[in-house]
Amino acid sequence: MDILVCLKRVPLAGGTLILTPDSRDIETKHLGFGISPHEENAVEAGVQLVEQMGETLTLLTLGPSDAEEQLRSQLAIGATRAVLIETDGQEWDPQGTAAALVDAINAEETKFDLIIFGAESADSAGYQIHIRVAHALNRPIITNVKSMKIENGVAVCDRVVAAGREHYEVALPAIVTVRDGLNIPRYPSVPGRMQARKKPVDMKKAEPRVPKLEKVNLALAPSKAKGAEVLGNGPEAVPALVEVLKKIGAF
Amino acid sequence: MILVLIDHDRGELDQLSLRALTAARKLGQDIEAVVIGKEGAALAGIVGEYGAKVLHVANHANLTDYTPMASGRALKDLVEKLKPAAVLAAGSPRGNEQLAHLAAFLDLPMAAECSEITLGSPHHVLRARWAGNLIESANVHSDLLIASVLAFSTEPESVNGGAATVAEFEPALEPQDYAVKVLSRDAGESKGGVTLVDAKVIVSGGRGVGGPDGFGQIEELANLLGGTVGCSRVVTSSGWRPHAEQVGQTGTKVAPDLYIAAGISGAMQHIAGMKNSKTIVVINTDPEAPILSYADYAIIGDLHQVIPALTSAIREAKG
Repeated sequence: MDILVCLKRVPLAGGTLILTPDSRDIETKHLGFGISPHEENAVEAGVQLVEQMGETLTLLTLGPSDAEEQLRSQLAIGATRAVLIETDGQEWDPQGTAAALVDAINAEETKFDLIIFGAESADSAGYQIHIRVAHALNRPIITNVKSMKIENGVAVCDRVVAAGREHYEVALPAIVTVRDGLNIPRYPSVPGRMQARKKPVDMKKAEPRVPKLEKVNLALAPSKAKGAEVLGNGPEAVPALVEVLKKIGAF
Repeated sequence: MILVLIDHDRGELDQLSLRALTAARKLGQDIEAVVIGKEGAALAGIVGEYGAKVLHVANHANLTDYTPMASGRALKDLVEKLKPAAVLAAGSPRGNEQLAHLAAFLDLPMAAECSEITLGSPHHVLRARWAGNLIESANVHSDLLIASVLAFSTEPESVNGGAATVAEFEPALEPQDYAVKVLSRDAGESKGGVTLVDAKVIVSGGRGVGGPDGFGQIEELANLLGGTVGCSRVVTSSGWRPHAEQVGQTGTKVAPDLYIAAGISGAMQHIAGMKNSKTIVVINTDPEAPILSYADYAIIGDLHQVIPALTSAIREAKG
């Protein structure tokens, strides 16, 4: 089976975000980079399927040339090769990003049986690129998948909703987006890291389009932090809390 | 006219959709609503109460459960007929997904998670990014605005309107639109009862609970307060509790009347999912835990002592 996993390089922001002087981006001078949380599960799922069924796992990203670092670290997990669509470092809008991914996928000789995305990016939260790619490739898409098996050319997936688990089945070729909890992503081994250095990363260029969702600037959200009234220490503080709960009508 | 997608689960209203309806009213135009699937027709009363004059009902033999691509096609058909200025939906996983299918069908931009919308040329939105920690100011270059309304950014307000007029239509679905549909559903890991989204009270446990057994006392307190159990990401990734109970950016975003966080230090991802709760109570041994700055009240102490004491004190007070 030939699998493609789409990734996004994102800064690993800890507690507090700082903006660049022009307020258009997060200041990343002092930050490391990684991939979005659910994407680690996407790569792990791809590696497991290739281990079971053979063939290839390709990684695809759109971003600055530095995104090679994220591709190499995921190649170390067990992917076969990677494709990097190099941008000018500016953030692209969802339509532009989806179109560039689609062009890159169509340019591949391999016709991927399964394309996997993380359920959402850590940074831009646009909730649409995977769906635009599915429409452009005319493929079915199942989102927010928490368990997945491939049986006789059919993706058998569950997603978790408030009411329980929903069960889906769709014939390949298909697209799925996966969530944290699908699997436990492995760490790269030392030999894996060594091999990753030699694995091919194809660099491509794409021309940016005029964004239709045009970022003007970013601002820090007003903090909801208010500071707690400390009622006391240990069980002695319980009567004070019971009064608070009575006051707000909790019981 | 503004068209608002009212999401429902097998006829049961999604409460966030009422907030989207309230946000839509602020744009100063007529409001019409749309539901996907004929079971949604029963919502004409409530959507009228919240200001929609008409409820469009997409009715088709293959619209029997959540079928997001078919929702997108139905919305597209309706948009082409009614030519609204904007289509809004709740900024929930399902709201965002159905709108994204609409946007993909029409090849138009979509702005997700908007806390403020100004119609114009271009349209302007403020939208949440980075788990709600950043607000993006953005222009949307398109005649039709497709946008989802950030969960909990607007309080639902009724206008006491009469029931909306029901207008059924049959979308021209293609077979690929319903290739992906729910084949079955079971209770899975959820125990039934109050779900996280609907709960008025949530008692959440984190790493400090120490293991799956420690959740007995959390459950007991939650039951006593008529609420439900939540947890942090580390708890589900350690396999102590089911994923359906995870609160946060990668789990469920909640805003109950009362949120009790026990043994949770408060990673950005967790805070993003619960900071809109009305009253937040923290029980933690660490007075410096980040979650304390988001709480209204805190007890510094070991939850294994505080929670049983709290449970028996509430029992006593209830008599």
